[in-house]
Amino acid sequence: MKKEQVPQDLGALGKITKEVCYATDSSGKYMTELSSGWEVKTEALDVAWQDVEARIANAKEKVLNGEASPVLFFMEYRLMDMAILADYTGFWKWQIKRHLKPEVFVSLSEKKLQKYADAFNTSVADLKNMTVHEA
Amino acid sequence: MKLDFEHQQSAHCESGVTSSLLRSSSGGKITEPLAFGIGAGLFFCYIPLIKINNGPAIAFRTFPGLIFKRTCNALGIPVVRQKFSSKEKAEAALMQCLQQGQPAGCQVGVYYLSYFPREYRFHFNAHNLIVFGKEEDRYLISDPVMETVTQLSSYELERVRFAKGALAPKGQIYYPGSVATISDEQIRKAIIKGIKNNVNQMLHIPGNFAGVKGIAYTGKKIKKWRDKLGLQKAGSYLAQLVRMQEEIGTGGGGFRYIYAAFLQEAFRYTHKEELLDISKLFTEAGDLWRTSAVHAAGIYKGRLGSQSDFDQMGDYLIQVAELEKNAFLALKKIKW
Repeated sequence: MKKEQVPQDLGALGKITKEVCYATDSSGKYMTELSSGWEVKTEALDVAWQDVEARIANAKEKVLNGEASPVLFFMEYRLMDMAILADYTGFWKWQIKRHLKPEVFVSLSEKKLQKYADAFNTSVADLKNMTVHEA
Repeated sequence: MKLDFEHQQSAHCESGVTSSLLRSSSGGKITEPLAFGIGAGLFFCYIPLIKINNGPAIAFRTFPGLIFKRTCNALGIPVVRQKFSSKEKAEAALMQCLQQGQPAGCQVGVYYLSYFPREYRFHFNAHNLIVFGKEEDRYLISDPVMETVTQLSSYELERVRFAKGALAPKGQIYYPGSVATISDEQIRKAIIKGIKNNVNQMLHIPGNFAGVKGIAYTGKKIKKWRDKLGLQKAGSYLAQLVRMQEEIGTGGGGFRYIYAAFLQEAFRYTHKEELLDISKLFTEAGDLWRTSAVHAAGIYKGRLGSQSDFDQMGDYLIQVAELEKNAFLALKKIKW
């Protein structure tokens, strides 16, 4: 890539910091050049987030329909899968699977709920109500 | 407390951290491309059956920690690396390190990394940064992908040092042990070792999934994605491929350019003319990765979507594989 070709499309990261790219000057020698982002990459990131948003919306609907507990919603909201959530909470995956059932979730002890709240960076009350405060 | 440390921005986190941690002993000679090349950073691996963020697991870089380890080993520098099960001990060790005047490399997860834009915060645990001081409750952070230095509260730093999931960093800190001055001859030898290492990992790992064979294998797989997954999911998979290739701290298309830059620097130490031509091959490979990313974007944004578009996408990777194979074969043939 020649240094004039280093993309300068403003992406999410570009608003916070520019990225270093290695590119060649007119004599073919490598040097570094700052880039404020690349549309192709921004769009790839957008696609990933659209998928995430769809999963969150789907989880929310399931919780509202009584088909799943708020753990499912927060798991999707925090981009976690069963393995990551198991790591953060210390529960086994089969336990989490049970806790995804609304009828099991309502009977969880305060202590267990707190573990989920910590993992999701939220409070027990917000966990139960599926409330999120961050943008 | 603030150590005498000069922040330097780099393209890739681990090669940047390696270069910065070795700056004082190498007199700035171990640049980012040199660290990347000596550490044999160029890689490709497609891991079937495993999903990351509900998409394919594809790596364009070596296993986290290897670039630092290999670079130090090749230069004869001892590596100090500690992992912790206790958060208190992890912080105490970091403080002790700073008190001895040693900036510390840390492996961290980016999900809770507060100064990153939210769009970039996935559960990715192989990011690297340097802690070079603490003022009241704020740790002073040199994150190689950022233009300037940043800060994290002790709680925020603990959270990212103890991120969970695949490749959990476990509070890991690392830094070079005692070092004398690094000579040009040492660097020359380390470069040769690094190139040989990289030739091996791109050409000679058995199986279809790693190295240049892995790139071609992925190309063949992509041609089947449209039928197998449906257009939308296949698009998401391609978006994931591009993200792994181009995202900050992972490189990809960009990695090929760093490697090309490394070979130019390697020429200055080894005077092997071939390196300059081979460097051009890696530039070509990087360009082709980028062309393929533009094509992939056409698919995941819905501008393209026929089977022949997927065939074209797969062919790009097969072409890249051929190109990189020839480049590494040429490196292999050099008589040092």
